[in-house]
Amino acid sequence: MQTKETIVCRCEDITLDEIKSLISQGYRTIDEIKRVIRAGMGPCQGRTCRMLIAQELAKVCGIPVGEVLMPTFRAPVKPVKLGTFAGGE
Amino acid sequence: MQKQANVVIIGGGIIGCAVAYELAIRGVKDIVVIEKQYLSSGATGRCGAGVRQQWGTETNAILARDSVRRFEGMNEELEYDRDIEFKQGGYLMVSYTQNEWNQYKKNVAVQHSLGIPTKMLTPQEAMEIVPHLNINGLVGATFCQTDGHANPFHVVDAYFKAASRLGVKFETYTSVTGIKREKGKVTSVQTTKGDIDTPLVINACGYAAGTICEMAGFELPLYPQRHQALVTEPVEPCQGPMVISLHYRLYCQQTPHGSFIMGVGDPHEPKDFNINSSWEFLEDVARQATTVLPLLKNLRVVRQWSGLYDMSPDANPILDEIPEAKGMWVAAGFSGHGFMVAPQTAVLLAQKILGQECFMPIERFGLDRFRRGELLLEPAVV
Ligand SMILES: Cc1cc2nc3c(=O)[nH]c(=O)nc-3n(C[C@H](O)[C@H](O)[C@H](O)COP(=O)(O)OP(=O)(O)OC[C@H]3O[C@@H](n4cnc5c(N)ncnc54)[C@H](O)[C@@H]3O)c2cc1C
Ligand code: FES
Repeated sequence: MQTKETIVCRCEDITLDEIKSLISQGYRTIDEIKRVIRAGMGPCQGRTCRMLIAQELAKVCGIPVGEVLMPTFRAPVKPVKLGTFAGGE
Repeated sequence: MQKQANVVIIGGGIIGCAVAYELAIRGVKDIVVIEKQYLSSGATGRCGAGVRQQWGTETNAILARDSVRRFEGMNEELEYDRDIEFKQGGYLMVSYTQNEWNQYKKNVAVQHSLGIPTKMLTPQEAMEIVPHLNINGLVGATFCQTDGHANPFHVVDAYFKAASRLGVKFETYTSVTGIKREKGKVTSVQTTKGDIDTPLVINACGYAAGTICEMAGFELPLYPQRHQALVTEPVEPCQGPMVISLHYRLYCQQTPHGSFIMGVGDPHEPKDFNINSSWEFLEDVARQATTVLPLLKNLRVVRQWSGLYDMSPDANPILDEIPEAKGMWVAAGFSGHGFMVAPQTAVLLAQKILGQECFMPIERFGLDRFRRGELLLEPAVV
């Protein structure tokens, strides 16, 4: 696979190559990777890329994908306008 | 894990990592940092990462002023392979009541005496800096151009990498479970991965610093308090400075990435370790933010989170050795502004521990100020 051109996180434009390089530098959880390069911080909040990153981590650590530590899920699930929360709309 | 060390630092937030670096660069060998989760998993990775010099007590103002100089040169100093993203868009502190304005004037006098270039602005002048500011009822504002904010994950990563190059060991996913002492001195630290014998322990555990001190049989006058924040979708750059209103308990900034980060302080927040995110917060911050900065009502919120402030009774930190457990130092109680003062706080502590000349008197941050009732009460906290 072309890891340089394969996009893992399309919201933040992050390639498989970048994810692999962080894992090889010792970053071992989705949370750590997210904090260094923003993977999972886009408008979809990682719904698209989270499992792809988990798969890469699982491969390297030799564990099932289900055992990769998942980040916390919080509201809002879909982007909502500030004005709506303020009760203005 | 190793069985012995010269120094054990507990906590892998900005304080723990910066202290590790400052000790190592001064020649201390064999330092271990113990972190329960991953680096910056505590308050540091959850903070607004705002850096302001506009304080009301000299202590906070000096630490922040000198730390700004460090942030300015940090990429080079720590030879960082990424960018700490320190952006000096200034801080605009807006005042909507006369009482508050009177306090701001006193704070500015302190700042000017320390050479901090804060300006006092009329509502019109404030609007020239932030065109979407609501000046209805605004009494005035203060502005300091060299304030700003940085990327907290990258700052910690920079300290981590620089300290690692100097030989510091980092043990992540390792919790401290006990502190042993003999004849009033610390002797070892117990962790989930075994014990480490050491004569020197630095408690940089933020909100959990009290828990760690209890393990050594000492109670700290600190308490945890939840603070929540949110981030919006990124948009074109339109707001240079961080806008802060003590009256509306609000701070709000646009990051270099384009997103807006904001938070409010909740006066009714109980003293506990809760870090769940709440619906009430979303409504509260949305109301305050759209009052002060109405334009923001069209922005979509993408994520909210929360973290804990490590509150001290006077909103100034504690930097001291525990009298009952010699060799055990505390660096905690940063009360919601530990990120911005971390670089120089770490220097001060390293100088004191190594018996070097301190760049400012450290005694002011001593534990006995609480016993003597000589508090350094900080008036300018959100
Ligand atoms: C919402 C919010 C906004 C903020 N905004 C700002 C701001 O704009 N500007 C600013 O300067 N400051 C801000 N702050 C405050 C700032 O985040 C803190 O003062 C600062 O990060 C403290 O750093 P620290 O290293 O002392 O603590 P932390 O980053 O909390 O580090 C302590 C570490 O200790 C670890 N730990 C705990 N218990 C144990 C144990 N038993 N064993 C091993 N490790 C343990 C934790 O996992 C944690 O990583 C904000 C805080 C919050 C919550
Ligand atoms: S694809 Fe990664 S955050 Fe949306």
